[in-house]
Amino acid sequence: MSPVGILAHPLGRLGLQSLPFWQMLQHPTEANVINGIIATGAAGLLVIGAIITAALITKYRKWGVLWSEWLTSTDHKKIGIMYVVLAFVMLARALIEACLMRAQQAFGLGGGFLSPEHFAELFSTHGTIMIFFMAMPFLTGVINYVMPLQIGARDVTFPRLNSISLGLTAAGAMLVMVSLVLGKFSTGGWFGYPPYTEANFNPGVGPDYWIWALSLSGLGSTFTGINFVATIWKERAPGMKLLRMPLFTWTALCTSILMMFAMPPLTIAMAQLALDRYLGFHYFTNALGGNQMHFVNLFWMFGHPEVYILVLPSFGIYSEVVATFSGKRLYGYQSMVMATMGIAILSFTVWLHHFFTMGQGANVNAVFGIASMLIGIPTGVKIYDWMWTMFRGRIRFTVPMVYSIGFIFLFVLGGISGILLADPGIDYQVHNSVFLVAHFHNVAVPGVLFGLIAGYHFWFPKAFGFRLNERWGLISAVCWIAGFMLAFFPLYGLGLMGLPRRTVSYNQPSYVPLEMVAFLGAILIIVALGALVMQLWVSIQHRHENRVFVGDPWDGRSLEWSVSAPPPHYNFVVLPVVTERDAFTAAKERGTGYQRPETYVDIELPKNAAIGPVLGAIGLVLAFGLVWHIWWMVIASTVGLLAALIASGFARDTTRIVPAQQVQQQQQRWLDAVAAAAAILRFDECKPANAGLAEQEQAGVAA
Amino acid sequence: MQRRGSAVALAVTGLFLSSCRSSSHLSFLDPQGPVADLQRLHFLEVLGLLVIFVAVPVFLVTPWFAWRYRYRAKSSAHYAPKWADHRLLNIACWGGPMVIVGLLGALVWGSTHALDPYKALVSNQPALRVQVIGYDWKWLFIYPDEGVASIGELAMPAGRPVAMQLTSATVMQSLQIPALGSQIYAMGGMVTQLHLEASKPGRFMGENTMYNGNGFFQQKFTAVAMTPEQFQAWVRNVRASGVPMDAATLGAISQRTTRAQLLAAVGHATSSDGTLYFSGATAALFPAVVKATMDGTAIKPDAFADTGAKRP
Repeated sequence: MSPVGILAHPLGRLGLQSLPFWQMLQHPTEANVINGIIATGAAGLLVIGAIITAALITKYRKWGVLWSEWLTSTDHKKIGIMYVVLAFVMLARALIEACLMRAQQAFGLGGGFLSPEHFAELFSTHGTIMIFFMAMPFLTGVINYVMPLQIGARDVTFPRLNSISLGLTAAGAMLVMVSLVLGKFSTGGWFGYPPYTEANFNPGVGPDYWIWALSLSGLGSTFTGINFVATIWKERAPGMKLLRMPLFTWTALCTSILMMFAMPPLTIAMAQLALDRYLGFHYFTNALGGNQMHFVNLFWMFGHPEVYILVLPSFGIYSEVVATFSGKRLYGYQSMVMATMGIAILSFTVWLHHFFTMGQGANVNAVFGIASMLIGIPTGVKIYDWMWTMFRGRIRFTVPMVYSIGFIFLFVLGGISGILLADPGIDYQVHNSVFLVAHFHNVAVPGVLFGLIAGYHFWFPKAFGFRLNERWGLISAVCWIAGFMLAFFPLYGLGLMGLPRRTVSYNQPSYVPLEMVAFLGAILIIVALGALVMQLWVSIQHRHENRVFVGDPWDGRSLEWSVSAPPPHYNFVVLPVVTERDAFTAAKERGTGYQRPETYVDIELPKNAAIGPVLGAIGLVLAFGLVWHIWWMVIASTVGLLAALIASGFARDTTRIVPAQQVQQQQQRWLDAVAAAAAILRFDECKPANAGLAEQEQAGVAA
Repeated sequence: MQRRGSAVALAVTGLFLSSCRSSSHLSFLDPQGPVADLQRLHFLEVLGLLVIFVAVPVFLVTPWFAWRYRYRAKSSAHYAPKWADHRLLNIACWGGPMVIVGLLGALVWGSTHALDPYKALVSNQPALRVQVIGYDWKWLFIYPDEGVASIGELAMPAGRPVAMQLTSATVMQSLQIPALGSQIYAMGGMVTQLHLEASKPGRFMGENTMYNGNGFFQQKFTAVAMTPEQFQAWVRNVRASGVPMDAATLGAISQRTTRAQLLAAVGHATSSDGTLYFSGATAALFPAVVKATMDGTAIKPDAFADTGAKRP
């Protein structure tokens, strides 16, 4: 575009018609009004929520604290918490969208209340958010918080890069949020196959929002993967050999390796599609040599490993939770490590099962079908090993354990439907049907989300120093599990009855009963989310009686439980020396769990850095400019991006020193608390008596 | 409906009885042709294997362990906090799934070849050729040997295989008639294949399963299997009463419209249920659409029958 063109259109494609209520005002038909009210209501909620949040921060004068203690922090623990907060905000939006879709389908016989386009936006944002802006930030946050503590490190290898990753991910999430207020999001689903997403079929801003949101978050995840792999490789405490790492750290390692290798194909595919759309290239067009099948291959070369990026950390969480709440070592540790690695490697060999129906020969399909089933072997081993971990344990049915046991049942069913889909002969039938939707929710909800929520309950006391309310946690867990079953088991039936996914309305009366049950399930899941919010509220109210400052509320086994709750900024006063697996349990047995260091030394920590939030903000503006073709904004933010990067390269003084005296005072306060605390048996685990000091349980048959 | 099969089959298919009562068959669990028959059998076989050898053991043992080893003051259960490895048990944990996957693998190799959508069906009759073009948001079925075409209805003689070639004149789509068998993608500038057969006369729901825009949910059609005589009569009727397939007609079909909108545009009510029939559909039409989509050009006039091509 010429300079004149830039000046003539200072707002690019942005105009009044980009507002969610414009169409309703211009053409007030009944359908337009209903869809306009829903869209405007959502946009209004977002805007009002943002204004209220900003007003509260201003009123309590917290902008300075927010900036200096949180946004610019390079502490892996704070970055982890911010990731999880982002994940919960996005979870709420995507769940409400899911509920709207279920409501539409429940009343979708011959119509419904949503327009086809609105419905398509909902399934596209729901999928995009749940994968990229709920599950990814959630697991990245949990790994960020827990992994360095588990390996006895003070921080990740590249703390500033960590902050940049968060900034980019948050920018992507905000771009999706902006699409609620200005313009429309893509209707091409979370995988956005071209040529549907090409400019000639979808000239609007929707696919551009999707492309840049995924590009931002994909970049962030690539950096995160590099950072975590480097951290696990280089920052382990003395004696923390690979085969002594807690299983969660193992799954974090495998997930991070997958991120490094799986994200680039996505970034490339997005860049190619952007070139098609912006500069008239023909990578994936129908005509002039384009090949849409290339996109499908690239996307699933990312997309299938992505599934395991999501699920492996949860497998790690379940491993920690089942072992801890069974009061027992994890059964078959080496098997578990092999299985995790096996899944990670196999995950790159199965992407073709996402398109058995694209016309490959039977040999190719059969090979990929069998390769996909091979993943069932290490996954089966994991299920059995969790069961054998419970064998001869003493199992406490705390909230994380309830999720874990629910997971074992439900995941087996999800695995079975997965094997059915991995079978090309059956996939020719159920591919693209809601049977598939049922399947991937059956693995993603119990497999990924329940694990992350279990991890949230498990490590919350570590992060904030008090336990979450058990009763509300159980209510939520039961609602999640029951809601999930009601919402998704009917979809298996509907899929077998020939209902394609992404169907806004249908003419088969036989679909209605199952759709109604699924809608009830969706409502129950919203109740579950409400119970989680309630739990947080109640827990904050009663935080003083549930403090676990000593730091070990669950009789934990790995090093994160060996420090105070919340841990000091520097994590460990003296880096621990590890001699075996389950390092903290071993230390407690030897009576060396809470030792006084002989000498205290200065501790060097990374300084705060503004580059993370700055790059995130510039990235958001750049992406916004690209979406709306506001070229001056694109140029200005590109210049700003380069300037910020170069300027940050000149920062030389990037660390600060915590003096030994301060460390000693802090440590002394904690050791005094340890000495004053009464050690409890597991009976009192969920009572105020639990100050975070565990009494050793006796082996054998209880008296 | 007469129905034979095991208890599992009954339990699973119980859900679909309602669909059998409706005007057209919806599901492969209510199979109406040899492909869907085989798929149903294979589905139940694999499902049965998985339920018996994977789900049942976990579903029995997990609650038993969870209850037996629950934490309580006086438990008769042994507590062995350091017991965490057992050689034979490990072999069983790995061996079990390996055996199951090995079995499944053998099954899958065979079934994938048997169910390959590209494989011509064995029959003593020659296959009926149908060329399918996916438009937004309707399927155009061309019968090159009969010189006719239809939208909204795929007519076929029962007991005779149908050999389909598919392409898309727009975005990616996927054609499926669940009660008859497999689905296959239709993609612009490319040709895929699908082989199906209906065992006896009947009506079967057909659809696009790949989202392609606002009219996606209305991109349905009915596959109608009829006796050979009825099919011949159907062809004669379409030849006689169909809209001539010319550049203008194809131009109207190419618009992003639902079948109902197209019907209004063509202004030729050929059937009460919104089916459109076309005469003068040549064998050159399908390759011409593939070529034009691949090149991004207009369709060459010689793709149309003489009557159409000569129109100004």
